[in-house]
Order: sequence, then structure tokens, then C-alpha cells
Amino acid sequence: MAGTEQSKIRNFCIIAHIDHGKSTLADRIIEKTGLLTSREMQAQVLDNMDLERERGITIKAQTVRIIYQAQDGEEYVFNLIDTPGHVDFNYEVSRSLAACDGAVLVVDAAQGIEAQTLANVYLALDHDLDVFPVINKIDLPSADPQRVKDEIEDVIGLEAQDAPMISAKNGIGIEEVLEAIVHKIPDPEGSMDNPLQALIFDSLYDSYKGVIVFCRIKEGRVKKGTRIQMMATGAKAEVVEVGYFGPGQFIPCEELSAGMVGYITASIKNVKDTAVGDTITDAANPCKEPLPGYKKVNSMVYCGLYPADGAKYPDLRDALEKLQLNDAALQYEPETSIALGFGFRCGFLGLLHLEIIQERLEREYNLDLVTTAPGVIYRVYKTNGEMIELTNPANLPEPTEIERMEEPIVNAEIMVTTEFIGSIMELCQERRGRYLGMEYMEETRALLKYELPLNEIIYDFFDALKSRSRGYASFDYDLKGYEESKLVKLDILINKEEVDALSFIVHADSAYERGRRMCEKLKDEIPRHLFEIPIQAAVGGKVIARETVKAMRKDVLAKCYGGDITRKKKLLEKQKEGKKRMRQIGNVEIPQKAFMSVLKLDDR
Amino acid sequence: METEREAGGQKELSIYIHIPFCLKKCNYCDFLSFPATEAEREVYLQALLQEIDQQASEYTDYQVKTIFLGGGTPSLLSEQQADAILDRLNLRFPLGNSVEITLEANPGTVDGERLKGYRRVGINRLSIGVQSLQNQELDLLGRIHTATDFYRIYQEARSADFSNINVDIMAALPGQKKAAYRETLLQVSQMKPEHISVYSLMIEEGTPFWKEYGDSAAGRELLPSEEEEREMDAETEYFLESQGYRRYEISNYAKEGWECQHNLAYWKRNNYAGFGLGAASMVQNIRWKNTSSMADYLADAGRGGDLLRCQIQRLSQEEQMEEFMFLGLRLTRGVSIKEFERLFGRTMEQVYGKVIKRLRQQGLVVMDEYLALTSYGRDISNYVMAQFLFS
Repeated sequence: MAGTEQSKIRNFCIIAHIDHGKSTLADRIIEKTGLLTSREMQAQVLDNMDLERERGITIKAQTVRIIYQAQDGEEYVFNLIDTPGHVDFNYEVSRSLAACDGAVLVVDAAQGIEAQTLANVYLALDHDLDVFPVINKIDLPSADPQRVKDEIEDVIGLEAQDAPMISAKNGIGIEEVLEAIVHKIPDPEGSMDNPLQALIFDSLYDSYKGVIVFCRIKEGRVKKGTRIQMMATGAKAEVVEVGYFGPGQFIPCEELSAGMVGYITASIKNVKDTAVGDTITDAANPCKEPLPGYKKVNSMVYCGLYPADGAKYPDLRDALEKLQLNDAALQYEPETSIALGFGFRCGFLGLLHLEIIQERLEREYNLDLVTTAPGVIYRVYKTNGEMIELTNPANLPEPTEIERMEEPIVNAEIMVTTEFIGSIMELCQERRGRYLGMEYMEETRALLKYELPLNEIIYDFFDALKSRSRGYASFDYDLKGYEESKLVKLDILINKEEVDALSFIVHADSAYERGRRMCEKLKDEIPRHLFEIPIQAAVGGKVIARETVKAMRKDVLAKCYGGDITRKKKLLEKQKEGKKRMRQIGNVEIPQKAFMSVLKLDDR
Repeated sequence: METEREAGGQKELSIYIHIPFCLKKCNYCDFLSFPATEAEREVYLQALLQEIDQQASEYTDYQVKTIFLGGGTPSLLSEQQADAILDRLNLRFPLGNSVEITLEANPGTVDGERLKGYRRVGINRLSIGVQSLQNQELDLLGRIHTATDFYRIYQEARSADFSNINVDIMAALPGQKKAAYRETLLQVSQMKPEHISVYSLMIEEGTPFWKEYGDSAAGRELLPSEEEEREMDAETEYFLESQGYRRYEISNYAKEGWECQHNLAYWKRNNYAGFGLGAASMVQNIRWKNTSSMADYLADAGRGGDLLRCQIQRLSQEEQMEEFMFLGLRLTRGVSIKEFERLFGRTMEQVYGKVIKRLRQQGLVVMDEYLALTSYGRDISNYVMAQFLFS
């Protein structure tokens, strides 16, 4: 396929707010261009993982090359680069966009513009992409395409009156979208005669091929045998194979050249060597400078992961190792907890990333996990001038050694219908938000801007937002920086013993409230023992809240009817089984789910 | 109360007969029981007799010690029907003179004539399920009789020459005041039955009570607390012992020598055969239950073999040990340390030494020749018993 004319290539992505139909449109495009018959199509081809399909989200960027016979009689090569849809994966999105020349913006004909619509459009425009809108779900009874078109023009400033009106689900208007891609998305620039310059927008580990790098060739050419170099990491390797993306498979080809999107395999052992955003060049004939925009991805959220069964620690380590091969953003290092034994402190891009990793560990690796309360990275400035980036509350120095602490702050944008503005502002206020301003999108909808501490939104902010707006609010954020804050470590004592796995860092003003709720929650989770168990929340050794689990007084199964002892035995077995899922702290047995319950303090 | 299994070279057997019919289900009841027409009951009876005929050959070298007609409401049986069952048992099994034959009676279903009839056909122990002597509580439970019905039936049973009577009562009813419970206990004991069973109400899933008191926190609030329940239990023991009853098992009290031999067979793991719909059996360390489907039962009862049997479970030695412990610990005397070794060839110390040591330290069991629950151990017997299960 090296012969494809550069002018006949269209590299684009589809951007949308979650649920506006991005993946469905991608499916229709693939189907329409005859790459797969609809019988072969599993719904949403590009979402590979079970988890992605189940949750209806895209986690990893996916890419497919398709051939389109346009109405002008010419054959075009489309490279559709599907991007992750969630704010946690913003950096990956940004790199995927950098691999494109244009973007199709999908907007729901009923819901109109949402927070992520805006965020994604701005991101696309930042990357100089040509964006054209598509109005989806026009067959919904609540669809109001004209309003949405006006909104797109007013709010974003994109020409929208001639936007294709489609229903991706029912295959309406797809042809129009394909033609618009041909005409509205520019053909790639660059020359195959220049030194190689290729952008890595994803990579994955395959047990047969090793690391597979997904890249967009900006300049020059690459083929089997080329000795390449990653400009940021410095790793060098010899190319084993190049090719492009069939749906769900890799198709090798002779050569990749400027304007093309494809993959490279080389003798690379670790995905870490092929960081997303890095530039690949020819080691023998390097380009002058790397492509702009590379940054190292940093974890934003940390938590402890422990195997429920201590003996499974090596299994957990192996599983994390394997997952990391395909997910360079996952970080982990061993840690020990008095309460939970051996485990790992893991770093994630955000809470969704955390949940996904946790679910994958449990499903794909069949592990039963105990997760400790997620936290962010705090900066602790010590009196001796040292600064620590704190990821585990247990490592907080003595109060006397701390000069001050800082916490990460994000800029948040919340799109909400006007009737819920009050309750959402109240929520942001409760979460220590700093109001920055509000813009009306139209009469009924507004964009609220807040500065929020990251540690206030990593637990359940999204759920609270949804429940207080009956599902209508949408939300997007990015990291602003660090600010000094009055933070304290909240410790939980069970039967007078501190349980390290339950400690967390919290703002001093919320400590009492959080401590009280923790105690209440734990009181419900910890079964009665033969003795009374005090549960206390303490800050700096001072108890600020207390609950008591009363001693067990009565536990008898009286009836044992007609010699049928099966029920009695089942009950005893259940009791015994319950014990196995307990963690022994001192002489108190704590159910594993108690450690997780602290994540859901606001569900009452 | 010796745990000798074999008398005169013959193995002992208890027989349970299930009568799955009642006039109306009580609000707390999740037993296998339902209202049925007289014709349906007769069809069931014929199937039951066929089952006895078919199964009896398995028990030729057993000596029957006890028979228990339970339900449901076995006192719905006419004299003739009760006679037919006992007659058939007598035909198929060698019944000695000293067999304890119990029938459960609901005060709302019998009269003096019926009771005399039962006595005539050989029933020698009557178990009257009254549950409470407070009409308001009887109403709440959905019982079909009043306190007065009980007094009348009790007197008539005595007139009919029943010299071994049990009365079932229930504690820890929703909203129950201690004074009301005390009153029931006092009234029952003044009638001087030989045996009194006291059960704490269990809220079982699938019953009307579950919706009312089990399913929601608000409902559960209406039940007596663990503390109150425990106080009621302690008071029951104290009071009944003062009246000459001995607590010989967690929920059973009896005058000396009037312990229910049939129930003891369950706790001591003697062999027992159950006949009828859903009846449970344990013979030679094999447990099974008859089918709970009436259609299947009626179709297969007369065909013999193990067609009716479900959940057949051959108990491993470990399972036998577990049962020996958690069933035996229900008895006030506890489990015999010697008997354990005789049955399993290992000492209790070898198998459960660590558990016993811990439970003794916690004040939950005491040990001499028997291992037995302390009174606190009895209060939380489920916890104690669970410790004897192997994981």
C-alpha cells in the first residue's frame, strides 16, 4: 500500500461527549466501507475489551484503516483513530488527536453540547485539527437538531447548518458523513523525502510480536530493517515489521511513509520505552527536533491494592507486571500494611483508571482485592527544607517536622441545566470549591467554573454531581497546580489499635465530619464480637469521634425441624465462611469490605 | 440418656412422618405445609402408606424406638387415618411396647373425641403447639386458635389418658412485652405438662413476617433486641427450673425422665428414617431428603428404591465429627469425650484441642467427661458451633 497517494489519505478521529454515539458511528463507518459485513461485526468493533463494551466507554485508543470509494470515483484511505473518552485519559486523547488532521464532532440531537464536547473540541482546535460537526440521534423523539446546530454555532463557533443529520444506530446519513470526511478533512502534509519523524500515539504489548508501536508518520519513511530511535527515552531498536490496522488485526506492509498511520514492531521489550507522545526517528538520519507536546504522564491518584488472600501476593505482582506492559500509565511499588500485609501502592491517572485496573485484575486475573482509600499526591515541606511527595498517608512525617503541606487543585468545568445550578454550586461549596464564574450556553444551560481540590473529587464527586442534577450535569477538569492547605491525617482506631490501611489525609475542616461518618460506617460493617469494640477517629492522637460495636449477646438457631439439619449447617458454614473474608487486627476481625466502605461515605 | 446405639444386637431407629397440611399458614411459618382438601389429604395418605411399604425392607435389622408425626398439622388426621399409618408401621416394622409415639396437635383442630381416638390407636405423647397464651399475640402470629382452646384441649388430653404432653411456646415475638411472655410461661407451667419447648421466633425469608420484620431496618426495630431476647431466655430457664423442669437442650425443658426421646435421637445422631413429603433421613451416616414436590411424591412414593430421595449426602468422617459436635453441643450435658474417641478413633483433643482451648478461655465451654456450653456459650451457640467446622 506504499503506493497510496498522500492526497487520498484522511487521518481523523471522532470526538464526542460520552454516550453521544462516537463508537456507534465508528462501527457504521467501518460497516459502510465494506471492511466487515454486518454479520461479522460485533457491536462496537473498536472497543476491544469486554470492560469497554460493558461500560460503553473507550479506554485504549483504537485505530482502523478503511478504504472508501467516494462519489468522485476516487478511492480514499481513511485512518480512523478512536480516542478514549474520559478525562482521566486526557493526555492519551491529546496524543491521538496529534496523529490526526481533522475531527468529526458528534453531538447528540437531544442533549446538545456537554462539558466533554467542549473540552474535546478545544483540544482538537489546539492541535490545529479541522473539525466538522455531525448531529446524531436525529430519530429520537426528543431530538431538536436546529437548536443543537444553533448552539454549536453560538457556543463553539463552528459552521453547523449543513452538518450531516444522522442516526448512527439506525444507519441513517452515514454516506453523507463519509463524503464530508473526504471534503472537509485536509490531506496530510509532510514529505517522504525528509528524515523520519513519527509520533507515537499508543503502544501495546503482544506476547508474540513484543511491543507494538502505533504511530503517525509526519515526515520521511520507515520499513523493515530501519534502525530507529525514540527521541525522549533514547531507546534504539531495529524495525522488524511495519503495517497498518485491519479491524482487530495487524496487516503487514512494505513501508510506512509521510501521512500514513500504522504500526511498527521492533526489538523492544518494554512499553515504557515507547512512551506515548514520543517521536520516532531514523537513528542514522535523525530529524532535527522531536514533535512538540511530549510529556511524561504522571499518576494523579494513589491507593493501596492488597490481595484478599495474603498467599496471592505473587499472583498480584505478576498481574500488575502484565497489565503494566500494556498500560504505561499504571505505576506500582510494593508496600506493607500492618492491617493488610503485603501489597502495592499503585498510581493511576484518575479514579476511573483505578476502577478499570481493579476490575481487570479481578476479572482477567481472578484476584480478590482489598483496596484502601484513594488519595492524591500531597507535597509535604519539612522544617529541614526537604520536600516529600506523599502518596501513602502512613508515611506522613511527625507534625513537628512539617512546615506546611500542599494539595493539587484542578480547574473544573461543569455543564448543567439552570434549574440545578443551585444544588451544584452547593455541592462545589461543600467540596471546598472556589467559584470562578459562570457562562450561559443558552437560556437553559450554563457552564460553571470552579477550582476544586483534587482530593475532594476523587471519591464520589461524579456520582454526587449526577444525583444532584438528575443525571444532567457533565463535568471535565484539568490539573491547575498545587496550593497550600490545612491538611491533617485522620487515623482510625479499632479496639484502641490504629489501622494503618484506614488512615487518610483530609482537610482539617472536614476531619470531624469524615471521622464521624467513618466510625458510623465501620460500626455497621464490623460484626459483633464477644467483647465490646470501640471505633475511634483521631487526628494527631486526639479522638474526635467514637462509636461502639456492642458485644454479641445472642446468636442461637432454635428450630431444627424434623431432623432436617441442612439449614442449620448452612448457617454455621456461612458464619465460618464469613470469618475467612475477615482481616484480623489485634483480636478484632474486620470484614474486607469494611476497607472499601470508606470510599462510599456519601451514599446515605 | 446413654448414647448406646445398639440394643440387643439391633440398631435403633427413629421414624419421622411428615403431614404437610394445615388449615391456614401461620405468618412466621416457612415449613413445608399448605392447606388442602380432604380428598387431597386422603390421596397423600395412600402414597405415604405405599412409601412405608416400599422402604421398610431397608430397615429389617433395626429396632424402632420412637415415632414422630410432625407437620404441618398432623392433628388434621382423623382417628382412622392415624390408625392406618401406625398400623402400617406396625406391620412393616417390629414395634415394641416402649416406643415413644408423638403427634403434634394444633388446639384449633381437635376435640376430646379425636384425642381419645389418637390415644386408642397407640399415640402416647401429645405435643401441643400453642405458642402463646395471649390472644393478641396469637392473632399476630396468625394462629387459628385462642388461649381458651388450649386450656380445653389440654384438659381433654389428660382425660383421654395422655400422660406425656409437651407444650410449644415462642419467645421474642415482635413487640412482645416481657410481662406478657412471663404470663404465658406461668400459665403453661401451671398446667404441669411433662415437657415444654421454648423457641425464639425466627424471621424466615418468604414468610409474611419477613416482609414485616425481616426485610427492613424499621421492621427489625420492632423485634426484641439481642439483650432482651437473652434476658427472656435466662428468665425462662430460671423460672422453669424453679418449677421442676430441667433444661436438657437449648430449647427443651422436661420433668426428670420425660425428655423427648425422638428429639434426642437427632442431637445424638441416631439413625432416623423420614417418610412423607420433604422428610429428612439419616441412616448409617448418609443423609437425604425426600422430594418437596407433591406431584413427584405422589408419582414415585409407591415405586420404591431411591426415586424420592434428593440431596443424598454421604458424610465424610470430618463431616460426621462436625455434626457430632454441633448437634451434641445443643444438649445441656454436651458431647461425650469418650464417645468421640470410640466413634472416630481419634481423641477430641487431637482434633479440636486448639478450638476447645480458646473457647474455654473465652468462657464459652466447660469440660470434664463431657464438653458442654456454658450459659453464655449457649446464648451465642451458633458462634461456638461454627468453630467446630473444618474450613
